[in-house]
Amino acid sequence: MGAWIMAGVTFQEAARRKILWTAVAAGAGFLALFGTGMHFQVKDLASHNVPPLIGHQVQVAMLQVGFYAVDLLAVVMTILTSVDTLSGEISSGTIQAIATKPISRWEVLMGKWMGFAGMIAIYVSAMFGGVSAIGYFIAGVRPHNAERGTLLVFLECLLLLTVTFACGTRFSTLANGVIVLGLHGLAFIGGWIEQIGAMTTSPHLVTLGIVSSLIMPSESMWRRASFEMQSSLTRSIQFSPFSNASAPSPVMVGYAALYLLIALAVALYNFQERDL
Amino acid sequence: MGNLSLTVRRGEVFGFLGPNGAGKSTSIKMLLGLVKPSSGQAFVLGAPSDNVEVRRKIGFLPEDFRFYTWLTAFELLKFHGRLCGMSAARLRERVPELLELVGLTPHREKRLRDFSKGMLQRIGLAQALIHEPELVFLDEPTSGLDPMGRRLVRDIIRAERERGATVFLNSHILSEIEITCDRVVFIKEGQVVGSRDLRANPDGEVRVVARVHNVSAETIAGLSQWSASAALDGEILTLTTGSTSSLPHILRHLVASGGDVFEFRPQTVSLEDQFLKIMGEDRGL
Repeated sequence: MGAWIMAGVTFQEAARRKILWTAVAAGAGFLALFGTGMHFQVKDLASHNVPPLIGHQVQVAMLQVGFYAVDLLAVVMTILTSVDTLSGEISSGTIQAIATKPISRWEVLMGKWMGFAGMIAIYVSAMFGGVSAIGYFIAGVRPHNAERGTLLVFLECLLLLTVTFACGTRFSTLANGVIVLGLHGLAFIGGWIEQIGAMTTSPHLVTLGIVSSLIMPSESMWRRASFEMQSSLTRSIQFSPFSNASAPSPVMVGYAALYLLIALAVALYNFQERDL
Repeated sequence: MGNLSLTVRRGEVFGFLGPNGAGKSTSIKMLLGLVKPSSGQAFVLGAPSDNVEVRRKIGFLPEDFRFYTWLTAFELLKFHGRLCGMSAARLRERVPELLELVGLTPHREKRLRDFSKGMLQRIGLAQALIHEPELVFLDEPTSGLDPMGRRLVRDIIRAERERGATVFLNSHILSEIEITCDRVVFIKEGQVVGSRDLRANPDGEVRVVARVHNVSAETIAGLSQWSASAALDGEILTLTTGSTSSLPHILRHLVASGGDVFEFRPQTVSLEDQFLKIMGEDRGL
């Protein structure tokens, strides 16, 4: 029960402090821009008599760019909105009046985590739904396995949220932000290194990329999502930078889920044991 | 903290006194399970301090109370009441009642970010009392309050005692403690170094300065049953006794032993004097 109350107040806080509305406004702005871009792309392709197969691939690539931008937005929103929630309340002493109420510390942490997870789920679903709808209604293209792709990006955000929580139980807000963004940056660069390594058949680069994904598997969830959302034809053509010459395997998805669970256990243990 | 051992009786207003850095707030945090002792255990209402169920019976006003400033006063109390497991129906009655008690009814829909320090202190006190706890920890409850606010806190503490609650009060304002508390302990460097029962012995220690003649060493020695510090310097006798009730006995003893008493001036020792005497001089922090 205590966890649900904390989840509710986390939602309420996001709405009251305008975090939610700012995210909604930024998302709406992005979708409007993306829709406009898609509209002109369709118009220009028609006027230049581009062969239908090439035109279709261009539109699919544009759709992938849209999903990629949503992924980046979701990642940044996840980290920025949650980075202060534990470390900030611990350092200011706000947590004291809550932690002395008849609820367990794990309920406080899990409640906040569930609140953020709920908001991220809504955001990722709405943005992926928006991009898919724009692709379908303006250009007539639709992603393969959109639900699976959305779930994988949601998993990526949950993973980052959980790592942010785990670090927030031990480090200051600033240090926490630097650590989590640094880890995701490492995964991001590692992902591209792996991709380029696969395209140039360089096993060393591929290995380096896999190691970076093992250190932080967040970015690999986007690459798996991108792989899932493209048809086998698009993947084989390798027309766009998101064609995923080296897509993470389902084992990596399992690894990311395990990573999340371990990070959550670390967060709960640290929060339970630390002085408030 | 050292070997701190405290016993607080049910239903009393207990004052916890000590200089800055003595470990008062840390002790309270240990009793509430916020800070874990490196060794030893703390029990509150018969249960370990980290027991969740026992917290249903405990209220806490932290020093320098902070909370989500985007909530209104009404919402804050409702949120804390829900965390304490109170039903919606009970909260509908209790929240307005408490807002009235702390004088914040006109500000019930105002967000906490617009509250002054004194108003935050009042709403903090209200959240500590929302579930009518058996034991209330108040850490510096009057800091930031004007004289009216201090009076209000005193009245609330009295009302809590009448309700049967135990109040554990940590404050630097000794005059407030003197008026409010039944009993106080003094702590220094994490250890109890003195105590005083303000209800049974409201005047505390009494220092006597007397001008006397014909007082022998035996007579001075005979004062030891009331005072351990009697000393004669010429015709000036000084002594300290634990209670004003000893004064007639001391005077009778001096006269019965053949002494002539020209002056007999008892001076009660205030809580502040006692505090300063116990803590010694300020050596800085």
